[in-house]
Amino acid sequence: MIKTVASVSLPVDEVLTIKKRRIQPEGKTKGMKRISIVTGIHGDELEGQYVCYELGKRIEAEFDKLTGIVDIYPAMNPLGIDSITRGIPAFDLDMNRLFPGNKEGNMTEYLASGIMKDVSGSDLVVDIHASNIYLTEIPQIRINELHEKELVPFAKKSNVDFVWVHGASTVLESTFAYSLNSTGTPCLVVEMGVGMRITKSYGDQMVDGIFSLMKELGIWSGKAPKVRKPIISKDYMDVSYLNATTGGLFIPQVNHWVELNEGDVIGEIVNPLTGEVLETVTSPVDGILFTIRDYPIVDEGSLVGRLLRKEVYSK
Amino acid sequence: MKKRIVYELKGLYRDSLRVTGYEFGKGKKSVCIVGTMRGNEVQQLYCCSQLVKKFKQLEEEGRITPGHKILIIPSCNPYSINIQKRFWPIDNTDINRMFPGYDLGETTQRIADGVFREIKDYKYGIQFTSFYMPGEFIPHIRMMDEGYSTVEEAMKFEMPYVVTRKVRPYDTATLNYNWQVWETQAFSFYTTTTTTIDRRSAGQSVLSILKFLAANDIVKYQSSGRVQKSVVFNDTELVSVRTAKSGIFEPLVKVGDDVGEGTPLANIVNPYDGEIMETLYAPLESKVFFMHTDPLTYANTAVFKLI
Repeated sequence: MIKTVASVSLPVDEVLTIKKRRIQPEGKTKGMKRISIVTGIHGDELEGQYVCYELGKRIEAEFDKLTGIVDIYPAMNPLGIDSITRGIPAFDLDMNRLFPGNKEGNMTEYLASGIMKDVSGSDLVVDIHASNIYLTEIPQIRINELHEKELVPFAKKSNVDFVWVHGASTVLESTFAYSLNSTGTPCLVVEMGVGMRITKSYGDQMVDGIFSLMKELGIWSGKAPKVRKPIISKDYMDVSYLNATTGGLFIPQVNHWVELNEGDVIGEIVNPLTGEVLETVTSPVDGILFTIRDYPIVDEGSLVGRLLRKEVYSK
Repeated sequence: MKKRIVYELKGLYRDSLRVTGYEFGKGKKSVCIVGTMRGNEVQQLYCCSQLVKKFKQLEEEGRITPGHKILIIPSCNPYSINIQKRFWPIDNTDINRMFPGYDLGETTQRIADGVFREIKDYKYGIQFTSFYMPGEFIPHIRMMDEGYSTVEEAMKFEMPYVVTRKVRPYDTATLNYNWQVWETQAFSFYTTTTTTIDRRSAGQSVLSILKFLAANDIVKYQSSGRVQKSVVFNDTELVSVRTAKSGIFEPLVKVGDDVGEGTPLANIVNPYDGEIMETLYAPLESKVFFMHTDPLTYANTAVFKLI
């Protein structure tokens, strides 16, 4: 069934509605566990769209095995998705800096508050992001160190390649995930793929992960897919950042998620006008390239890649 | 006056991004004034240009007290202004959410770092800034109530209002917050407008900063002699008047107007048939401190803030 989570009238003949799909067994559901799949907070991140579609399809195909409630929220920021806008159009605000929202606040805060109210109380929330339009990410879960204890056991069951436990930051306290985790609703943040695109293999991998989590929670009586064992990083020194030292056109020379040795060439930053190679980007460490730049134009400082040091995954 | 490049970033096809500073006087780092961080802050740029003009005159006339250095940076972000985009051109990040910056980080972190290295050791920091919502304010000084800055110093601007506010999580990456971490007394200066030039409030800002500097013996400036005492309040004391409907916003008052209880403030008009869907009334005798200025409004929007 399709339900309205929050809605507000726009100035000219249009109602903005945030919707969810609830899939639940027939009959009484009292006492059943609930998993919520949320995506589209950033309007330019579309990887989660496929996950929502495929998850619903696969549940329907074996509906008799559903033993709990699945709520699917495919579009938290419908105006952003419709207009290829990361934030909330007209307000130029990042929706993921508005939580927990405010029922008495402006339109954006009001919508955030409505979403929080609806999602809170889930036994698990999976908030699916797709990096941004600049970087491609291997399927990974990011966890604030404050919530490591509760979330890492779930993350291990989620079929991602990498779990990144990162330091706490005051600025991140207004995210959807932080707001839920700090009020007792566990929320995993998934990052995978790249903005404005769908990577079907990553989507399928994530859907398997969600079935695994449903099995873990007692929401699915069918067979749980076999999940991969993720690399877990808890030390900020595990990750090496590659930032462009000059503006230009970045041309990668390696594939994503490859192992590299220190000094291996990752790509070049060139000037198409003069024909110069401005920078040869090399690996500063032995490691695996879990982030790579997708959008080719870079400024000085633009992130072109991230490496996970070899000692983390070869332990 | 010494004009110099505070920070420079090379572009691929564009000219370099140059953050330009204007220094006046010599000696200890006394006052730093920063203008636009965002591409729509035209009024903030204009205010700084008027200050540069004024300080040039003061320096020529020997009215800057020896031993004091004043730095004015009219814009930290010419790239965005020149293409009329609010945030950073490539990745839409906000430089004023990147402080204290990081020299090996992403582009706007590097700009923040480059600028902050130059401005972090000043005794006083003044930033011309803008509100996240489109609208007009009564000009005022805004400051965080738990920081290094003091209300006593803020009152030396002799602006009609000083507004204090509680630090929120997102503030921790702003210039104002980080200035205070580095023990600079930091103040945010709000003039009336952002995207359009308002000469009157710009002039008021120049005068106010001169009064502040004169009160701290940094410049010699003779004002009228009548000290204007600021009204100090916390932003939680502002009374918001919100729309219940979305539609065309038709204001019936102006910023700064005194309104009695029940005064009609604005109509929300149906954009198709012109019917008035809602009239907003002043809930108390007050002054219009902030007013929404876009022709359209959404429901649940605080289109007025009254004091």
